[in-house]
Amino acid sequence: MEMLLASAIGVLTSVGVYLALMRTSFALILGLSLISYAVNLFLFAAGRLAPGFPPIIGGLTPMTDPLPQALVLTAIVISFGMTAVLVMLALGSYLLGGHDGVDEG
Amino acid sequence: MLLALIAALPFAGAMMPALLRGAGRSGMTLGCAAATGLAFVLLMTQAPAVLAGAVVEARWVWLPALGLEAHFRLDGLALLFAGLILGMGLLVLLYARFYLSERDNAASFLGYLMLFQGAMLGIVISGNILMMLVFWEMTSLASFLLIGFWHHKPEARRGAMISLALTGAGGLALIAGLLMLGQIAGSSDLSVILAQRDVVQDSPLYLPMLLLILLGAFTKSAQVPFQFWLPQAMAAPTPVSAYLHSATMVKAGIFLLARLWPVLSGTPEWVALVTGFGLATMLLGAWLALFKDDLKALLAYSTVSQLGLITLLLGLGTTAAAVAAVFHIVNHALFKAALFMTAGIVDHAAHDRSIAGLGGLARLMPISFGVATLAVLSMAGVPPLAGFLSKEMLVEEAARTTFAGSGWVLAALVTLAAALSVGYSLRFLVAVFLGPKLWAAPPRDPGAGLLLAPALLALAGLAIGVAPMLLAGDLVSVAASAVTGDPVQAKIALWHGPNTALWLSVAAIGGGFVWLGLEPRLQRLPAAPDAANGFARGLQFLTDIAGRVTSAQSDRLAPMLGLLVLAAAGLGLLAFLTGQHLPGSTALVLPELAPTVVWTGLIAAVIAVPFVLHNRVLSVALMGLAGLVVALGFAYMAAPDLALTQISVEVVTILLLLLALGILPTISVRDVARPRLPQLCLAIVAGLGMTALAYAMLARGAAFEPISAFHIAQSVPGAGGTNAVNTIIVDFRSYDTYGEIIVLGIAALVIAALSEGLPRAPGPRVAHPIIFTSVSQLLFPFVLLVAVHMFLRGHNLPGGGFVAGLVVAIALLMQVMASGQDWTARRMRLNTTMLISAGVLTATGMGLWPMLTGRPFLSSNHGYVTLPGLAPFELATAMVFDLGVMLCVTGAVLLALSSITRLRGEAH
Repeated sequence: MEMLLASAIGVLTSVGVYLALMRTSFALILGLSLISYAVNLFLFAAGRLAPGFPPIIGGLTPMTDPLPQALVLTAIVISFGMTAVLVMLALGSYLLGGHDGVDEG
Repeated sequence: MLLALIAALPFAGAMMPALLRGAGRSGMTLGCAAATGLAFVLLMTQAPAVLAGAVVEARWVWLPALGLEAHFRLDGLALLFAGLILGMGLLVLLYARFYLSERDNAASFLGYLMLFQGAMLGIVISGNILMMLVFWEMTSLASFLLIGFWHHKPEARRGAMISLALTGAGGLALIAGLLMLGQIAGSSDLSVILAQRDVVQDSPLYLPMLLLILLGAFTKSAQVPFQFWLPQAMAAPTPVSAYLHSATMVKAGIFLLARLWPVLSGTPEWVALVTGFGLATMLLGAWLALFKDDLKALLAYSTVSQLGLITLLLGLGTTAAAVAAVFHIVNHALFKAALFMTAGIVDHAAHDRSIAGLGGLARLMPISFGVATLAVLSMAGVPPLAGFLSKEMLVEEAARTTFAGSGWVLAALVTLAAALSVGYSLRFLVAVFLGPKLWAAPPRDPGAGLLLAPALLALAGLAIGVAPMLLAGDLVSVAASAVTGDPVQAKIALWHGPNTALWLSVAAIGGGFVWLGLEPRLQRLPAAPDAANGFARGLQFLTDIAGRVTSAQSDRLAPMLGLLVLAAAGLGLLAFLTGQHLPGSTALVLPELAPTVVWTGLIAAVIAVPFVLHNRVLSVALMGLAGLVVALGFAYMAAPDLALTQISVEVVTILLLLLALGILPTISVRDVARPRLPQLCLAIVAGLGMTALAYAMLARGAAFEPISAFHIAQSVPGAGGTNAVNTIIVDFRSYDTYGEIIVLGIAALVIAALSEGLPRAPGPRVAHPIIFTSVSQLLFPFVLLVAVHMFLRGHNLPGGGFVAGLVVAIALLMQVMASGQDWTARRMRLNTTMLISAGVLTATGMGLWPMLTGRPFLSSNHGYVTLPGLAPFELATAMVFDLGVMLCVTGAVLLALSSITRLRGEAH
């Protein structure tokens, strides 16, 4: 199970980096989204794996670590905010500059 | 209380020009003058007590553990300086009203001037060294704005930059020095520090601390080798020069030396450094002033020299020298401000302020000539003017002091400097007002508006010279008492009898005439190199280096991102190879069939994305699939809250990307298919690195005991909820959450602001299929019900404000998708900006509420509530905070998406 999670994080990072290195803003946005999946999963993994033991008091113990989950929860919402700002920047640069590249000219 | 009001009044005055924009220059000036005048009157109500020897204090404790408090302290020295700052402030306001032209932006000029006045006043009445530092930095900033006020002139920009760089750097040194002083004395309270002379001087940190503090004081007061910023600052409008370089800015360093005199002075290091640099500055400034052609430059170097004189006096460390220093601070302020103002008047009337171009103005401008004569003679130290008295006290002290192993060296050097100052003083007077020059368009004396201020100052110098004990005796006595820390009774008299000091003064005045006679020959000497040029070259050198370093970077995003990834991978590898690590010992969880199948789906979907980029809808769909799998993964790995949030966020992200796709151009198939080997290698390296790191972490236990045991144990008793994730978010770490909803709100506002003014993209006609429309309208109340359910159960079971907010947003977005933006907007008058504000304000209110009862920000309460017909249930105030989170999330998501929808120029 650990290997599955670790390799999923790795593949998400790989494809994310590859897309981010392409020179169009659309690919960059997709790439950064994938990287943020990977980062969120990685942060979550810092609490280690305990499938079946959710952090609800009164359930099964020992429960999984709630702290990384709380951090990741807000990170997920914030990464939406970041993606939305990036999309807006991409739209703005296309509508004003007429091209979809991330660099000038 | 009154002291705080006095300190606040100039800042209130700084707002007057903005409030009185319609009232014109006179109205704005009156507004500022009212604030300054009121502060001055209030200060005078405190004067009798201070003159009687009392120290008036007012303090508000803020962070006692750090020694941070608002603490104002008015003793003799502070009274003298505060009086100078406010009194001179009034005169400068009057002068500036008539000096500035219609074209100048009087509102911002007056605003900066009042800001500077407030900062300067703050320095002198601070009773806490940390507070004093804040005001100190503020004077650097305000003077930057004032010196660079005519920013269309290159020399104004240069002067402002140099003064900011130099006084700013000195300010940094001063911060370090004063923090060390506070550390040694064990307090940041000035009264406590001033009583710790022995502790401070015995400390091993005394010398470095002294050097840092002197660096701060010397840069501010333009002592050698930092003297060059002051002449550069002459590019400022003349009222600024009259204010900053007579009574205030440059006196801040002097004030600091005088303020800390009781703890710092008297050591051999102090005497050598302060006296030495003071003497060097006095001589160099006076010498350079002899060669300047520009009137303001001459006055600037004379200021440098006079500041050196005061520094020298403070360095001597005797009581009589302290009295002389305090007295000369007043006298210099009076005659120097008058002279700057006169130079401005001459400049205005003759449109020239160069010594070569002026002359013969005595008959044409008799009143200006009279004012200038009084001020110049005071500067030269000619009886019966005030400047004579303090200069004679200096000469007398110098004759008494053994310096460099000899009893007469200091007296000789001081007399030399005094002779030089007589020389440049006479040069000013002779070159401007005497001589045979004939004017084609004869300049005339200006109106009373410009002349009143310098005339008052010059007459004050005469009056103090004639009746020193009556007019200045008490003030100088209490100020000198505050400097030395012991009661001092100053004895100032015009006539001491024929003693050494008198003969030396006569020699100095005689020497001054000799300099004046030699002047034509002196002008043929090679000019001294201007230190400001060296400084500018040094600055340019550093800028060039910085430019070369930054130009090594690419201005393209992809190479920089690649470099970042490579560096991260390289550092990770280095840490792995050089660090120590044990093999993993955690018992691994065996993979089951279902997760393995889902994992395969995720890998396939993600890897496919780069290959189908030209098909944008497909690539977004694959992204959505990947997000859903991540959500499933969270659910499987015992993180139900994360799963719910991930699914909701995934929905709105996909909606967002689909909306954007309608506008962005397609990527060509050729572009997608072209292999990019370097990027591919880098991506694989990054992926392998992350896999290895994640696996290494998962295979080992935590390096430290996790702190979440506290949160789990306290979740029910402390926060009244069984969902540990939610109690962390809305209670234990609610301050983080508070910051995050604000970030989210700002992001949405940024998006809305960016979308304003963008051209609309031609959008396709959007169809609204009847089935989708009907079903979504039918579903709407149920989705809202789900949101309410998610919200209410959130504290105990998976759910909460974030998820509920997202679900509400999805419910509304579904209507937009099905029936169109306009249709939805007509039926739902929801101001999303207000929604964000309401959310943040609700959360803020919940944070502030407990503070009313003295508990910390964002404390929560919870208890059992019984309602008829329902079982008793627990209610926590943190739920109100969660409501704020929900409102903010809903508002932010809706605002972001509706801003992008608007861009599509939807067809009707």
